[in-house]
Amino acid sequence: MPIQTLFGPPPPPTVFERLQEAVSSTRQNLAERIEEAVHGQKEIDAGLLEHLEATLLGADLGVATTTEVLDKVRQQVDRRQVSDAGQLTGMIKQELLEILKRTDARAGTQAGSLCREFPQVVLVIGVNGVGKTTTIGKLAHQLISDNKRVLLCAADTFRAAAIEQLEIWGQRTGTEVIKQKPGADPSAVLFDAIGSAKARGIDYVIVDTAGRLHTKSNLMAELEKMSRTAGRAVPGAPHEVLLIMDATTGQNGLQQARRFTESVGVTGIILAKLDGTAKGGVVIAIARELKLPIRYVGIGEQKDDLVPFDPEQFIDSLFRETPR
Amino acid sequence: MFENLTEKLQRVFKNLRGEGKLTEENIQQALRDIRISLLEADVNFKVVKQLIDRIKEKSLGQEVLTSLTPAQQVVKIVHDELVELLGGGAAQLRFASQPPTVILLAGLQGSGKTTTGGKLARWLSRHGHRPLLVSVDVYRPAARRQLTVIAEAIDMPIFEGPAGPADPLELARLARREAANTGRDVLVVDTAGRLHIDDEMMGEMQQLKQQLEPAEVLFVADAMTGQDAVKSADEFHRRLGLTGVILTKMDGDARGGAALSIRSVTGQPLKFVGVGEKYDALELFHPQRVVSRILGMGDVLSLIEKAQETVDLKQAEEMQRKLLSDRFSLGDFRDQLRQMRKLGPLDQILGMLPQVGPFRQLQQVKLEEKELVRIEAIVDSMTPRERNHYQVINGSRRRRIARGSGATVQEVNRLLKQYAEARRMMRTLSGGFMAKRMGKLKLPSALR
Ligand SMILES: Nc1nc2c(ncn2[C@@H]2O[C@H](COP(=O)(O)OP(=O)(O)OP(=O)(O)O)[C@@H](O)[C@H]2O)c(=O)[nH]1
Ligand SMILES: Nc1nc2c(ncn2[C@@H]2O[C@H](COP(=O)(O)OP(=O)(O)OP(=O)(O)O)[C@@H](O)[C@H]2O)c(=O)[nH]1
Ligand SMILES: [Mg+2]
Ligand SMILES: [Mg+2]
Repeated sequence: MPIQTLFGPPPPPTVFERLQEAVSSTRQNLAERIEEAVHGQKEIDAGLLEHLEATLLGADLGVATTTEVLDKVRQQVDRRQVSDAGQLTGMIKQELLEILKRTDARAGTQAGSLCREFPQVVLVIGVNGVGKTTTIGKLAHQLISDNKRVLLCAADTFRAAAIEQLEIWGQRTGTEVIKQKPGADPSAVLFDAIGSAKARGIDYVIVDTAGRLHTKSNLMAELEKMSRTAGRAVPGAPHEVLLIMDATTGQNGLQQARRFTESVGVTGIILAKLDGTAKGGVVIAIARELKLPIRYVGIGEQKDDLVPFDPEQFIDSLFRETPR
Repeated sequence: MFENLTEKLQRVFKNLRGEGKLTEENIQQALRDIRISLLEADVNFKVVKQLIDRIKEKSLGQEVLTSLTPAQQVVKIVHDELVELLGGGAAQLRFASQPPTVILLAGLQGSGKTTTGGKLARWLSRHGHRPLLVSVDVYRPAARRQLTVIAEAIDMPIFEGPAGPADPLELARLARREAANTGRDVLVVDTAGRLHIDDEMMGEMQQLKQQLEPAEVLFVADAMTGQDAVKSADEFHRRLGLTGVILTKMDGDARGGAALSIRSVTGQPLKFVGVGEKYDALELFHPQRVVSRILGMGDVLSLIEKAQETVDLKQAEEMQRKLLSDRFSLGDFRDQLRQMRKLGPLDQILGMLPQVGPFRQLQQVKLEEKELVRIEAIVDSMTPRERNHYQVINGSRRRRIARGSGATVQEVNRLLKQYAEARRMMRTLSGGFMAKRMGKLKLPSALR
């Protein structure tokens, strides 16, 4: 008889202990386990599909997208009677690529037509703290390296020291910043900025806006007003409305994309903070529903930490375990 | 968008009302729906799996109570399980026996540390403390300046340190000395955002902790965080030994499942939630509320609490009586709308309501602030009899009312429809919507 009985049975594990144990196994290399599962077994069984489902859910693709993709793959498996489990990952990757490719038509509009109006006005928007201001610094750096003339517009007049933050990015990239006092009407700053851009033959006005949750109707109205102001000052403006998405964002990202698109017509997404362990898979759910192209990804806090979005690489990374 | 979990489960258990037991068979579909609901709320999939197992274990073989539908009963089990996981009541801040107490804020980039630092200082001073702020974020552009601006806005002292380049550890050391010298009893330390996989920056954080011996190391996390929450929280906890969590940006519509994920990897209590960009937008963490939200049941408790602060209690009781006796007139409706306007922007109020039953219809009504003014005008041009007995408002009366208020007949029609919805909604709210559904949760007596 175990000695424990002298002291009564050992206490049952608490809710935490159980969960902690369960979750800590995510630390193990999940993707590796899947690869193992995939290559180690020939039979495609429910357990394997479950593993793949976990990969997609764990990358923030969301239930709807994950289910759709897996259903399609399952159908293909049935039809073609694929028996080799090793092909499964490839098939899923292909499905995901299709979703991202369907946004290409819209992505093409950025290629620029001949009769472009100048300055091009780029509105940078998103919820709080996602990386708007930093991304603007990086964008400015890129455009300037490309010999473009850029002006930054400090239209976040709300957040503490937001203007100063943008000014430092202006200094870092050698870009002028048009600003007013904290609390000023963002549309007024924007109007100013476009005015000076016109006077100086600027190519791009990049507009830093205050972070706002898409649920706040007054703040969304403020954004709409900025968009109208831009349109009155330059035909076709804003020419780009870039929604910054934090790679750590979960399913709320979809709601963000919906509301911002409804409000000011998002033209593209930049996925920031992809240098962490988050996969940013919600952008696939967004691409699936709203056909919004992903333009760039942010991979750090320095001015050249912005790279063009590469769908294949991105999808590969969903299946790869990021080192801790 | 999301179908409310209770509603889903109601469909699942349609055929099992008040009889028999919850069995493996009839609970299978329910568990699937619960799983989806939790995943959609961004609870980590591993955590979901464990929760589902426990919920299943607890549900099986339970007699279906006559007082609850099976759906309600399962929701109650889920609800209780999640509340238990989140640790029951609101957790208190810890203070050092020897002042100054140091509170170290840590977290990923942009999670809300600096803003939360300001909010905490304000909260502390409201609760009889004398906080000092310091930012040791020497990296992000204008990060220290940001905290200075915040300190000015809330009229709290900040230690800015010598001008020019600075070292985080040195800044922290000087700030602590300043606090001791000037009789400040709490030092709130804002740190630079960092990735949990950034070994060097995490090392810096460890050094800060070692030097400052904080009473609290609080992980500031964004409520919109998805599946990655377990990884970052786990690593921050492993390196720093977190003592608590603050969940920010809960004023949006994120369901906040990250709360469960973070809690389950760190085991540390959630202490506060951030509910806005203003510096008073910090609330104590209430597990029940967050759980209702994760399950998509709306933050009814918060709404009611807010209503209690704003609404005249006498009037509310009067309204309650009227509702129960079905004498909730159009005049009362108008007064009610006025009250609601005092509560804050309408969309915020509606956002707090569960997406279920009568509330769902109200969401579709989408009242604009402008429209409220119009509604008042329409109600004002009714006769007292019409206000008290809306049934008498026929076509010709509608035309007259429209003319009198400068509205169109369609607008009058719409108002009457909204009024009918509101009657239903108010009755549900006051009839103890949550109390009925969740059994355990009680409505404040004034509104019950
Ligand atoms: N690791 C990493 N951090 C980033 C990246 N982009 C931005 N950040 C950091 O994220 C934090 C927030 O960035 P900001 O640019 O201030 O975000 P914002 O959207 O302008 O914030 P608000 O204006 O307050 O809404 C800062 O600490 C940035 O340095 C990225 O790609 N990777
Ligand atoms: N809506 C809302 N916004 C918030 C809340 N807390 C912080 N914010 C906003 O989130 C953004 C980022 O907040 P910060 O306090 O700068 O975040 P941080 O963690 O200090 O950022 P870094 O220092 O760059 O890592 C700002 O726009 C804040 O106003 C909240 O509870 N609700
Ligand atoms: Mg910004
Ligand atoms: Mg900060």
